[in-house]
Amino acid sequence: MSSSSRVHHFKLVLLGDTAVGKSCLVVRFVRDEFFEFQEPTIGAAFLTQTVQLDDSTVKFEIWDTAGQERYRSLAPMYYRGAAAAIVVYDITNPDSFTGAKSWVKELQRRGDPNVVIALAGNKADLDSRRKVEFEEANAYAEENGILHLETSAKNANNVKSLFVEIAGKLPKNPPQQEREAFPLMPAQQESRSCC
Amino acid sequence: MSEEGEPKKPTFDWLPEGMEPLADGEYDAIVMGTGLKECVISGLLSVKGKRVLQMDRNGYYGGDGASLNLSNLFEKFQAGEAPSNLGANRDYNVDLIPKFIMACGNLTKMLLHTKVTRYLDFKSIAGSYVYKGGKILKVPATPEEALRSPLMGLFEKRRFRKFLLYVDQYKEDDPKTYEERDLKTMTMRQLYEHFGLQPDTHQFISHAMCLQLDEKHMDLPALPTIKELQVYIYSLSRYGTSPYIYPLYGLGGLPEGFSRICAIHGGTFMLNQDVDEILFNDKGEAYGVKAGNMMAKAAMVIGDPSYFSSDKIRPTGSVVRCICILDHPVPNTNNAESVQVVIPGPQVGRVNDVFVCALGHSLQVSANGVYIAIVSTLAEKSEPDEDVAPGLQMLGPILKRFTSVTTTYEPTGDGSADKCFISKSFDGTSHFEGDCEDLLSLHKRITGEDLDMNINADSVEGDY
Repeated sequence: MSSSSRVHHFKLVLLGDTAVGKSCLVVRFVRDEFFEFQEPTIGAAFLTQTVQLDDSTVKFEIWDTAGQERYRSLAPMYYRGAAAAIVVYDITNPDSFTGAKSWVKELQRRGDPNVVIALAGNKADLDSRRKVEFEEANAYAEENGILHLETSAKNANNVKSLFVEIAGKLPKNPPQQEREAFPLMPAQQESRSCC
Repeated sequence: MSEEGEPKKPTFDWLPEGMEPLADGEYDAIVMGTGLKECVISGLLSVKGKRVLQMDRNGYYGGDGASLNLSNLFEKFQAGEAPSNLGANRDYNVDLIPKFIMACGNLTKMLLHTKVTRYLDFKSIAGSYVYKGGKILKVPATPEEALRSPLMGLFEKRRFRKFLLYVDQYKEDDPKTYEERDLKTMTMRQLYEHFGLQPDTHQFISHAMCLQLDEKHMDLPALPTIKELQVYIYSLSRYGTSPYIYPLYGLGGLPEGFSRICAIHGGTFMLNQDVDEILFNDKGEAYGVKAGNMMAKAAMVIGDPSYFSSDKIRPTGSVVRCICILDHPVPNTNNAESVQVVIPGPQVGRVNDVFVCALGHSLQVSANGVYIAIVSTLAEKSEPDEDVAPGLQMLGPILKRFTSVTTTYEPTGDGSADKCFISKSFDGTSHFEGDCEDLLSLHKRITGEDLDMNINADSVEGDY
């Protein structure tokens, strides 16, 4: 199989304080929609969307926090197996930037050591109310070796680029997992045999 | 979406002076504890549109049935710092309660029904063993294994086969399959004798396949025990070498998966949040909880026994569990990565069986080269070490062990009068069948409806 037709699957998780626009970013990326009053959770186990790179296709399985970030009650299952994470803050809310830094720490503690992290300063359309300077966040991102972009889920600015940049940084030949684990499936029939 | 971070705290006219609302203040149900049963219930309630607040005094999901990393495990048993030679903390997911899932049992149906399966990957447990006459012998998984098995002599094997064929075709709703045996009145002992099976074979079938904990079932009607055997046989034929499956990264993934179902349907979660007081009105009905200067109100409170006062629960027994860290697989099990060994009580001069569950790195519960073996049984001796001794003896050298003695509880009421819906403690069996029965009962008491577990065999792709 040539590498151009290869589809790589990755789990991507969102992190960040309540109401910074995590779900809005996903909904913009996956469905190209925006709702001013997006429900706090998007009601889906996860959403999927592909990114076409020059030589391969990346398919993201995107997990939203579903509100479990509100009281810092995300389960280990959430972080497990995530190849990438987007840590979101709101450029009009300095507390959310402080929060983002603590989410990065949490991710480094609980996540996979090789997880690709992107810091997204969302609500960039509200520049007149900006409280977090681009340079400050960018310096923090550089220090920590993570991606940084300012995005607007509302006008779609940089949303696709965010995912494309992440896709570009993901390893395209991940080590094959040697486990023979399986997902549970319903039995086809009451097919049974007996000794 | 609001643009100012945390939304303003709502105010309520029922809130006393000086008190603040806990989370959103008003819910349909407050669930205390994040054990498997509590998480299944909160998941099912929120799917039905109920507003659920779920809280846990611990900083992790799972309650008594959590899977802990090394540092949490050592902290839980007050064993000091975890030694560094055991590998990375994050490699460990050690179950506090050792259980395996029957591949065709009720928990599997529940996982499929709720589509929690999409969050988990499973593996078959490699082998199921039984202790007999001082030896560890494999419970046969195929007709060929049964024929080679040293568990029975040649003629006994034929009788065993005949018995299993009968059980396999038996249907409770079809009298033609009874072959003139009424399993509702005939005892298990009579049924075994009907097939001419020897006492040694009774023991191995009852304990290693029907998973009876003691001999009580022998003089009771055979039907319930036969149903357990049917689940065992169907489960064995489902995935291969044993009837058990196990979720990678430990059993703690089960409550976590159900909690996510609840969360994506709007449930609120608070870890590290204890409850100081359950609030009752003058009719004795629970109407909310208090934690510090915060209060939340709900039509009912649900929880595991540890969140309720002693007048709401009564003790049912005592389970000894011993978590052992090994640097080798369980000896005499063909170096299996994962095994269950059943030690029938009568084999070692006990009333109750002793179970050994052992798991290795391929199940993602321990670092490479390290095995976790858990010995468990119902307490019947004065010293817990005496209770687990038959299991410990077969493990070889043990690097570290943690022993716990847990009193199990059940609720004194069904919740209709006091709006307190309380689960039973996890039982001492090596599987979840009894716990599922409790769960179904809890669901019925809470919602007034039987849980429909008809599996939707649709693909599990797409949005939920």
